[in-house]
Amino acid sequence: MQKLLLLGDEAIAQAALDAGMSGMYAYPGTPSTEIMEYIQASPRAAAEGVRREWSSNEKTAMEAALGMSYAGKRAMVAMKHVGLNVAADAFINSAVTGVNGGLVVVAADDPSMHSSQNEQDSRFYGRFAMVPVLEPRNQQEAYDMIFDAFDLSEKYKLPVLIRITTRLAHSRAAIERRDARTQNSSSLPSDPRQFVLLPAIARKQYRALTGLYEKLRTDSVLSGYNRFAKSDSRKTGIITCGIAYNYLLENLEQHHDDFPVLSLAAYPVNSDAVAELVESCGRVLVLEEGYPLIEEQLRGLLDRDVKVAGRLDGTVPRDGELNPAIVAAAMGMKKDSGKEVPAVVRQRLPSFCKGCGHADVFSALAEVMKGYGPGRVFSDIGCYTLGALPPFNMVNSCVDMGASVTMAVGAADAGLFPAVAFIGDSTFTHSGMTGLLDAVIKDSPITVIISDNSTTGMTGGQQSQATGRIESICLGLGVNPDHLRMIIPLRKNHEENMAVISEELNHHGLSVIIAMRECIQTASRNKKAAAAKKSQTA
Amino acid sequence: MKCDIILAGVGGQGILSIAATIGLAAVERGLFLKQSEVHGMSQRGGDVQSHLRISDSEIHSDLIPHGGADMIISVEPMEALRYLPWLAPEGWVITNSVPYVNIPDYPDMAELKAALEDNGNTVVLDADSIARDLGSPRSGNMVILGAASSFIPMPFEILEHAVQQLFNRKGEVVVDLNIQALRAGREAAGRE
Repeated sequence: MQKLLLLGDEAIAQAALDAGMSGMYAYPGTPSTEIMEYIQASPRAAAEGVRREWSSNEKTAMEAALGMSYAGKRAMVAMKHVGLNVAADAFINSAVTGVNGGLVVVAADDPSMHSSQNEQDSRFYGRFAMVPVLEPRNQQEAYDMIFDAFDLSEKYKLPVLIRITTRLAHSRAAIERRDARTQNSSSLPSDPRQFVLLPAIARKQYRALTGLYEKLRTDSVLSGYNRFAKSDSRKTGIITCGIAYNYLLENLEQHHDDFPVLSLAAYPVNSDAVAELVESCGRVLVLEEGYPLIEEQLRGLLDRDVKVAGRLDGTVPRDGELNPAIVAAAMGMKKDSGKEVPAVVRQRLPSFCKGCGHADVFSALAEVMKGYGPGRVFSDIGCYTLGALPPFNMVNSCVDMGASVTMAVGAADAGLFPAVAFIGDSTFTHSGMTGLLDAVIKDSPITVIISDNSTTGMTGGQQSQATGRIESICLGLGVNPDHLRMIIPLRKNHEENMAVISEELNHHGLSVIIAMRECIQTASRNKKAAAAKKSQTA
Repeated sequence: MKCDIILAGVGGQGILSIAATIGLAAVERGLFLKQSEVHGMSQRGGDVQSHLRISDSEIHSDLIPHGGADMIISVEPMEALRYLPWLAPEGWVITNSVPYVNIPDYPDMAELKAALEDNGNTVVLDADSIARDLGSPRSGNMVILGAASSFIPMPFEILEHAVQQLFNRKGEVVVDLNIQALRAGREAAGRE
């Protein structure tokens, strides 16, 4: 079969299709978005009826995937690392219910926070839930691991977590495919109470899970991914996790035999190989792309063993992603660096696209807010968070999906008036609606601006569940129609929009302003697609 | 053989088309390839880069080591300089001379020019004008790739074929314009 040139994300998607997956569930989030996009674009997925619609958020995605697994079919759910926080309730409990059809959860972590609010390490979630975790070293392994992940899931009746990071997700390499498998046929769980987590049932299943987790340490498929390359040299042994292995190999070149290396890619880890390495070496260097998970376990609570080097003793920086230079420095190797960046190079921060509707909303809001002083705009996760940067400098918070509305509620409770929540359409249906209900019930004196560009913009323009529904959602939640206002964010409407914002800011109760204009990126893409279609049919 | 390339530009300038062209060519030659891209927030007018590695043996790291790149190919002059820490001492910089000004403190062009000249192994060309003269103003990225082609250890015909593959679905006219842009860039760089 011809090799395919695929991103790590795409390799995972292709593998899931080849491994007989029946449904994919996700909410867009960098660096995981391309997994679903690949499956949505796949003609084979269409032909074979693979379900592949975006979900409202990561929790609904996780639950839908669990439901598909309940009905006997293989399902996959993908999200960025912070999305796993949103899905955590369902994810943790899915380990206690167990699965029926194979269930694979992909978490794409973003160390160095290229497009994120933190750099949490999803391997901890795997340990927390007590499920197998696979952490591919390269794109081919990512492809191959998906097959094993579905098999392990069906063998142990557990969800399996695949943990990748930005550099693997967004790097392309040639992939050799395997023969495709057929999808599962439908089947109900053999025990009709398996998914009923009433305390009496949950206690029994949780106890079984704790036992099963220990058994996983000796599973041959998992252990097979953890490779030990021995060496006669006993000075420094090295443990790598996931893609850290590549940075090590990049530096080792001709010195392969100088270091015993234990390369980990599957958890929970069998301690035998670790013991052999630690006991035979004077010192162990731990290289992890992410938090010091293995390093902390090696050190233990007392940390009296001076043999361990890694992120916790400063041998490797405590935060941020790894790269070949960091690994070289940790190994004490001197590497030639290139030249310095000349002083003439300026920072080039991301900014609103020319003609962006969010920018027009901020222009109007900024002018109105001048009269009230700073510190009153709670924002959210999306392109519009760029309102924190010049020229607007007016966003005062960006914490998690939906937090704009609820933080404004809390600040208003503390007496801040006026308080503004600024949220996008897709973020609103992801996690803003429930917070708005809180605000409705106590008629919180806040102004919620829903900047509706009818797409999920920051991640590249995926379908937004909110499109065409925001007004009716707000009315349905009980927003007073007199204070539910619509504006069109265009330069020519500037004065009029300012007047609406000003009126609602002065209202001592809940107001919602829906500012609606399609994302200019999506609009131009749609226009091009429509033109292409027209020329085809002409 | 190994060739490590940093591709540089501003979000939306089309560096990924350059990457895709070299990638297709590498696959046709049966070479190993790894190509790391930037997606997400930086694409909104921020600085973007792609690490492209081709080799006749297995490639380990998705990222090029500091001081290891054989060349920096940039569609914007200031962005070319941002990645000098990755360039090998004998490496080359091939860059467009036309600035993309979307920040208030964009540097003075004379200073920028001096910094590029300071670097030594540098090819600077006005890819925008060359592309415009060909009647294909959006093909500046292919002009730059053409200018860099003599530094890439692959026959030029292979790159031409890759351009053809990449733009095939857009029709013959687009394919021809982009191949012309590629050739014009190679000629302008004057390094046959």
